[in-house]
Amino acid sequence: MSLSVESTPDDIARRYFREKLFEWHCFAATWIGVVVLAVLLIGTIAKAVGWLDWQFMTSFDSRFPQNAGILAPLLGSLWLTVLTGLFAIPVGVGAAVYLEEYSSDTWLRRIIQTNLANLAGVPSIVYGILGLSVFVRMFGVFGTAKPDEAALKVLVVSLGITHLRIPLPPLPLGPSLLAGAGTLALLVMPTIIVASQEALRAIPPSIRHASLALGATRWQTVRHQVLPAAFPGILTGVILAMSRAIGEAAPLLMMGALMYVARAPGGIDSVKALFSGDPGFEGLMKAPYDKFTALPLQIYNWISRSEDRFQNVAAAGIVVLLVVLLSMNGVAIYLRQKYRKKLRW
Amino acid sequence: MTVVSSSLATTSENGGDVPASLRRRVTLSTVKEQLVQLSLFLCAFASILTTIAIVYILITESWQFFSHVSLWSFLTGTEWAPRDSTDPQFGVLPLLSGTLLVAFLSGIFGLPLGLLSAIYLSEYAAPRMRNIAKPLLELLAGIPTVVYGYFAVTFITPWVLRPVLQDLLGLEVDFFNALSGGIVVGIMILPTVSSLSEDALRAVPGGLREAAYALGSTKLDVSVRVVVPAAFSGIVASFLLAMARAIGETMAVVIACGQQPILTLNPLSTVQTMTAAIVGTALGDTPAGTVEYQCLYAIAITLFVITLSMNIVAQFVMRRFREVYQ
Repeated sequence: MSLSVESTPDDIARRYFREKLFEWHCFAATWIGVVVLAVLLIGTIAKAVGWLDWQFMTSFDSRFPQNAGILAPLLGSLWLTVLTGLFAIPVGVGAAVYLEEYSSDTWLRRIIQTNLANLAGVPSIVYGILGLSVFVRMFGVFGTAKPDEAALKVLVVSLGITHLRIPLPPLPLGPSLLAGAGTLALLVMPTIIVASQEALRAIPPSIRHASLALGATRWQTVRHQVLPAAFPGILTGVILAMSRAIGEAAPLLMMGALMYVARAPGGIDSVKALFSGDPGFEGLMKAPYDKFTALPLQIYNWISRSEDRFQNVAAAGIVVLLVVLLSMNGVAIYLRQKYRKKLRW
Repeated sequence: MTVVSSSLATTSENGGDVPASLRRRVTLSTVKEQLVQLSLFLCAFASILTTIAIVYILITESWQFFSHVSLWSFLTGTEWAPRDSTDPQFGVLPLLSGTLLVAFLSGIFGLPLGLLSAIYLSEYAAPRMRNIAKPLLELLAGIPTVVYGYFAVTFITPWVLRPVLQDLLGLEVDFFNALSGGIVVGIMILPTVSSLSEDALRAVPGGLREAAYALGSTKLDVSVRVVVPAAFSGIVASFLLAMARAIGETMAVVIACGQQPILTLNPLSTVQTMTAAIVGTALGDTPAGTVEYQCLYAIAITLFVITLSMNIVAQFVMRRFREVYQ
């Protein structure tokens, strides 16, 4: 530290100047990322103008840029999100509840905790390799037969008047929605667990003590006191984790899901198709075993096509993807702010 | 209710020295509690299973690869040409250099900017400014990497790198180049560095700052010579985690840096990173089970070992840092 006892006004002026200069640098560093991103987004939107229209939203992919649409990946991403959530949220929240509410500070808990931190740092492409072996191929235990939609075995359940036809999963799953969702669930699980743990930790112990003192069991305390109180925090974490899942392309790429898909999973491409007899309920049951594409995959596909106009199609796809993600992030941030203000025990 | 009725039932059966009300009884309710605890434990154990599965798959599959290609030639070979029909080469160095080059470039952009913004958020920014800037930086982290790749090839290379470096300075810029990938990955890791470093800076006790101010320091002195050194281990940990992310990054570098395994340190050249090589192999029409396909697992285990060790070192550093101020 250059602290001379007698500072001349010149010295002081120089120090103030350095001071301001540094502050300005820090300020610029904070905003440069945001500014660069804003410029890039505006550029992307400019490229998407004229391509992002109703036809784009309601068509399937095409070899001609002017006919290409985003319906299949949009529905694929929707399916993926729902299925991933079905797998990852109960298990992730359950794991967090175990770690925070049940386990004492044993070596096992410490191992799980360290393991979670490591899993969160595993590159997403490695999860893709995991999904390829575990879900797509199932370690080759069931042979290498590729799932063919027509060959799906169907379990017929008689309901007296009508029959319920439930398709059985093909083994191995192949590059199906179910395999993709399983992979993404493993990928986002650490995020969900860590976020839920933080939400649970924010609940003061007095709530638990009060509940236990009134004779509630551990699970009753968790189920009726802790989980409802931690719900907004958990929800925020879950939304952020799911928005990560929506944007991931690398694991799906590894699973072999990069293909030309010009149909909706299970053939359900509109609300009408869902409620009419064809494909209706059976299509809904078949969809998880169907091949699929997802928003980031389709965007990558368009980017890597040689024709220049597909770059505009990709830009339109990116705008759709970002709108989906930003609205999810917006909801998460809103929930967190609301939660923070309400948090007065 | 179950507890009460069953306790009445058990009192007469085995009355010992312990009063019946204090005896542990097996009831529907306690069984349910145990079942719930067991299933929650299984949920937590799923994460351990995931790790075991990853390690098992990577080791068994790359074991087969290394029975065809020696580990030494894999680690020291300078040529990567798995598809060469006459003389396939499996030297990982071009891929490793590509990965490290992109990670280094992203570090040049991302690490200083991230640290400066952390200093700004922790030391300078008014609470209102912080409340605006932090969510915006978090949004940066939420942008999918495929979008960053698109930015690199559609804007950064043709609009920034080529006009400035090629047309103005006369350097040759490949269409796919390491620099554009490095820049976008740098923007991508900026929020990681910023938020983790900020946590570390804010954990420095206020007393240290006040002591420095009392000695006549300016805010710059306090930030750079007191707070940053005090939070140094936390900052190092954030750097390590960010670099691990940059090394494992896939889509942005696949799109921006190309698919040519060239052993070079020229940031304007096309390079192939390890992640890009994995994707390239998986997307190609190589049949599974062949050596050309199994090399994918060999790269993956290399990548896994690198990122895992960086993560472990980061956690170690971070734990030590926590011990200092609690």
